Amino acid sequence: MKKVIANREINVNEEGYLVDFKQWDREICECIADECNVIMTEKHWEVVEYLQDKHHKEEPLSIRGIKKSGVINIKEFYKLFPGGPLKVSTKIAGIPKPKSCI
Amino acid sequence: MKNLIILGAGTAGTMIANHLVKKLPNKEWQITIIDQYKTHYYQPGFLFLPFDIYTENQVKKVGKKFIPSGVNYIQKKIELIAPDNNRITLENDETINYDILIVATGSKIAPDEIEGMDGPEWRKSIFDFYTYEGAKALRDKLRTWEGGKLVVHITEMPIKCPVAPLEFAFLADSYFKNKGMRDKVDITYVTPLDGAFTKPKATKALHHLLEEKGISEVTSFNIERVDYKNNTIIDYADTEVSYDLLVTVPTNMGDELIERSGMGDDLNFIPTDKNTLQSKAYENVFVIGDATNLPTSKAGSVAHFEAEILEENILKYINGEPLEASFDGHANCFVETGNGKALLIDFNYEYEPVEGTFPIAGIGPMQLLKENRMNHMGKLAFRWVYWNMLLKGIPIPFVSANMSLKGKKLETIG
Repeated sequence: MKKVIANREINVNEEGYLVDFKQWDREICECIADECNVIMTEKHWEVVEYLQDKHHKEEPLSIRGIKKSGVINIKEFYKLFPGGPLKVSTKIAGIPKPKSCI
Repeated sequence: MKNLIILGAGTAGTMIANHLVKKLPNKEWQITIIDQYKTHYYQPGFLFLPFDIYTENQVKKVGKKFIPSGVNYIQKKIELIAPDNNRITLENDETINYDILIVATGSKIAPDEIEGMDGPEWRKSIFDFYTYEGAKALRDKLRTWEGGKLVVHITEMPIKCPVAPLEFAFLADSYFKNKGMRDKVDITYVTPLDGAFTKPKATKALHHLLEEKGISEVTSFNIERVDYKNNTIIDYADTEVSYDLLVTVPTNMGDELIERSGMGDDLNFIPTDKNTLQSKAYENVFVIGDATNLPTSKAGSVAHFEAEILEENILKYINGEPLEASFDGHANCFVETGNGKALLIDFNYEYEPVEGTFPIAGIGPMQLLKENRMNHMGKLAFRWVYWNMLLKGIPIPFVSANMSLKGKKLETIG
């Protein structure tokens, strides 16, 4: 389905996650962040880059992975992206919501 | 003579040994299986042991019985895999070389990953049921427990048999009802997922059952620590859940051997091609069962389906042919729902658990995603199937390695 974000038509799934990463840019990112009540700071951008990097390397994302990321610890991660940090941060990063496998 | 070595004689290792011994020419290939433990456990039975539904003897047998003659069985501890040198080191520095290696070292619980879990209250008020010892200790606890707040908890994904904690909650409901003390027990199901199960369709069916049985749910709970002094679990968002009896599924990890050998990911699972089952790093190393990092369930049924695929690919690899057999992530699980009923789910990488009939399209006799007695009989009969057919690599009639789409209402995973 399509959704207008930053005055552009963007392809998203039912939960509002981008389905085509090529459509992602910083402007789109900030609009989605705003919808999630997150104001992007330098630390947020750092986390977003980390998540995108992991995603492009096809490495699964998990809370445990965050612990070893070297970018942020889990407590901070929860503070930066309240209400389910992995769900919220991946949406903002324009990548799929992590499937907890299985 | 060439050597094919299988590490681990659990469900997956035993099955693939039975498959390959029938297929590899015994004049050219020696098959060896290595495992230090003498007992083979029927792990699905650990779910029933705490509720006195199964006895100890129904869930364990001597492993040797299931290793086919013609396979060299070494009962020693494995110290190291050196995949660059195609060599295994056993205890006492004994070494053994391989041409092909199959890793089937499984997964196990790691309660020490969470602060306070593996402390002084471990197996006093904090229990697991993923080990024989844990399930037995919990049985003894439940026999005399007078009631209170029972919390059934999952630490983090992935876990072996992701439906087992739900089944535990359902069976606990029945167990306390039968003891005439359900009113004295408050059951809460706590999960890091955002619903009862990993797949939305099954989550809906299972959520309904939780509600019906008066089991409350706490979702998206990522545990940080157990405060065992105050009987509370606390997550990273500072949500607290208190308990009198905590039944947790600790972090599941691959064997330490994998870590020692530098072959695993963060959780000691081995990066594996999800279709061919070849390890990503070494072309003569294959991985089966819980030891892989595949995005499907860690379950005996999965190992069973993988064994059929792996047998084909090992033969192709030996003949220098492309590895054509492709695993689709097929999992098939009975979900015990209490009161002598069960439901059945069937899914793979691509398709969610669906409604329909199983194993024969349009006939059944079992029904997918529907709770009934026939499915429960299927689950209990499965113990016989496990010991007598599955481990021996005897195909189960009408059940194919890759998921059949016939007789099912299909929905792809988005």
